[in-house]
Amino acid sequence: EKTKTNFFSKLGKAIAGKSKVDEEVLDELENILISADVGVQTTLKIIERLEERVKRDKYLNTEELDKILREEIMALLQENKSADLADFEIPKLNHPYVIMVVGVNGVGKTTTIGKLAAQYHLKGKKVVLGAADTFRAAAVEQLKIWGERVGVPVIELGMGKEPSSVVFEAAKKASEMQADVLIIDTAGRLHNKLHLMNELAKMKKTIQKFIPDAPHEVLLVLDGSTGQNAVMQAREFTKTTDVTALAITKLDGTAKGGVVIGISDEFKIPVKYIGVGEKIEDLQVFNRAEFVDSLFKKN
Amino acid sequence: MFQNLSERLEGALKVIKGKHKITEINVAEAVKDVRKALVEADVNYKIAKEITERIKEKALGQKILIAVEPYQLMIKIVEDELAQLMGGQKADLMLTGSPAVVLMAGLQGSGKTTFSAKLANQIKRQGRQVLLVACDVYRPAAIEQLKTLALQIGVDVYSEPENNNPVAIAQNAIQYAKANHKNVVIVDTAGRLAVDEEMMNEIEKIKKAINPCEILFVVDSMTGQDAVNTAKAFNERLDFTGVVLTKLDGDTRGGAALSIRAVVEKPIKFIGTSEKIDGIDVFHPDRMARRILNMGDVVGLVEKA
Ligand SMILES: Nc1nc2c(ncn2[C@@H]2O[C@H](COP(=O)(O)OP(=O)(O)OP(=O)(O)O)[C@@H](O)[C@H]2O)c(=O)[nH]1
Ligand SMILES: Nc1nc2c(ncn2[C@@H]2O[C@H](COP(=O)(O)OP(=O)(O)OP(=O)(O)O)[C@@H](O)[C@H]2O)c(=O)[nH]1
Ligand SMILES: [Mg+2]
Ligand SMILES: [Mg+2]
Repeated sequence: EKTKTNFFSKLGKAIAGKSKVDEEVLDELENILISADVGVQTTLKIIERLEERVKRDKYLNTEELDKILREEIMALLQENKSADLADFEIPKLNHPYVIMVVGVNGVGKTTTIGKLAAQYHLKGKKVVLGAADTFRAAAVEQLKIWGERVGVPVIELGMGKEPSSVVFEAAKKASEMQADVLIIDTAGRLHNKLHLMNELAKMKKTIQKFIPDAPHEVLLVLDGSTGQNAVMQAREFTKTTDVTALAITKLDGTAKGGVVIGISDEFKIPVKYIGVGEKIEDLQVFNRAEFVDSLFKKN
Repeated sequence: MFQNLSERLEGALKVIKGKHKITEINVAEAVKDVRKALVEADVNYKIAKEITERIKEKALGQKILIAVEPYQLMIKIVEDELAQLMGGQKADLMLTGSPAVVLMAGLQGSGKTTFSAKLANQIKRQGRQVLLVACDVYRPAAIEQLKTLALQIGVDVYSEPENNNPVAIAQNAIQYAKANHKNVVIVDTAGRLAVDEEMMNEIEKIKKAINPCEILFVVDSMTGQDAVNTAKAFNERLDFTGVVLTKLDGDTRGGAALSIRAVVEKPIKFIGTSEKIDGIDVFHPDRMARRILNMGDVVGLVEKA
């Protein structure tokens, strides 16, 4: 509701009495998209597509423009192919479904894992967490507290241990316990640090020694307030770990997370979850339409 | 995307390159591309507009400088303008009062706890008695995290694991510091969103209770367009004294630095350059200006020409 009043009233004024999208309208749209962190390239792409559609469909009123705009942005966001998994579901395997969670420092990996574990646990799944961040101060302790909150076991070897050994141990234990899902927490790492990125690749190989088709999911967590650097993050993490899904956190703030539009489009990765707070229930399944709406919402 | 940025800048500067007079037209074109480059570096789009307008005026104001190639002049104008916008020179930490109290504030995960320890270590090395205070009563294992870091550097931590009132903890910590001859007290707080009324009230109360000489707003250098909103909101509530820009060891261009400086007019005092304790440095506006503009490449361009 608010969405329309804010953006489209302005836009409405700009296009009143005009039969096509003119500079003024496009400028306004550009400002909105750029300030939502959509980025110059993706913004231009959206505007181009909009212009093409307008040429073809000969739109005349704001409602139609609204619809076309939404459609074009939604088209850039990848469809979550694993539709059956959308609502925190997990396929039935004869070994644990392994989710490896990766991302740069402080984006919300550990918290997202806690929230995810809670969702699966609620659904009656047997969840195990693996504490493979053995580097950041009190990282294991933090995950253990989340494990207690949710009521699921955390496999750990303590701080300072080789992350791959933790992963191995976690895969082994989770299998023995006949867990449905194993979620592995990894240390935050900047994507330009080669040795740390290689460490992730090694962890992945280690899991495969035990569960050959694992990890079934590599979840890249992006902080919703990150700007264009998120594109670089997506590029590098995709290169080393074949990211299969994205989670965007901290969308309860004023940042819009618009950078994921370009990322989802460029790397063909769906956004699966959004984080909207620090509490256990503050994780939602990504909804494209709602997300596009929120881009136009004024703070 | 960043390759494109330097390519684009190259394109922008080509317009001027070889032309011996800066004209309205070639400046306008170059400036438009510089603006795009700034926005792609996460400089707030409104601020990017303002800056490039000023740059345009300056460029046009210096019409004939035969000795210098116009494009070199343009680079210099842009670089100087950005550096100046970010404060021109470095700003020191001002530790006054006994004890001198430093309060940390910022969004979730920006690097407050890590930076608290880095700063404590630096001050300790200057021979002062430092106390770290754990006022994050929310994040799981927040106290434990601060304690672990403090142990590494041999600094005391004041914490009250059973107390969930950070205002009271902060107050008690100051008493403790006085009784135990600590010269400098660094107060780590929980991450909070600027729109979280309750949490913003809380940190305002902490400030009132402990009267800090420095309030450092800790911000992730990868932050995008929202940096201005957040910085403005924190500044309105806290009137902070300086900014800490973390995670600059990444490859972000860090345009947020420019935006923040422009909206709050507070100096950026430190940068975080690694996860480790010694990953702390003073802020250099000129280097940051070059980073935002990817000047490394541009300077290379000039040399090629
Ligand atoms: N407001 C808000 N805060 C969040 C959200 N997700 C995580 N956080 C907070 O962000 C901070 C960092 O979260 P962590 O889960 O520790 O992040 P991380 O990626 O595991 O961090 P490292 O392991 O240090 O790299 C914590 O204070 C979390 O409470 C969210 O969706 N909204
Ligand atoms: N690479 C790099 N990582 C950093 C830097 N500063 C902090 N970090 C990392 O960023 C993550 C978050 O840092 P914290 O110090 O926990 O952040 P915080 O602001 O205290 O987080 P909350 O208390 O949850 O709000 C951790 O993984 C740190 O190791 C830095 O300058 N460079
Ligand atoms: Mg973590
Ligand atoms: Mg902290």
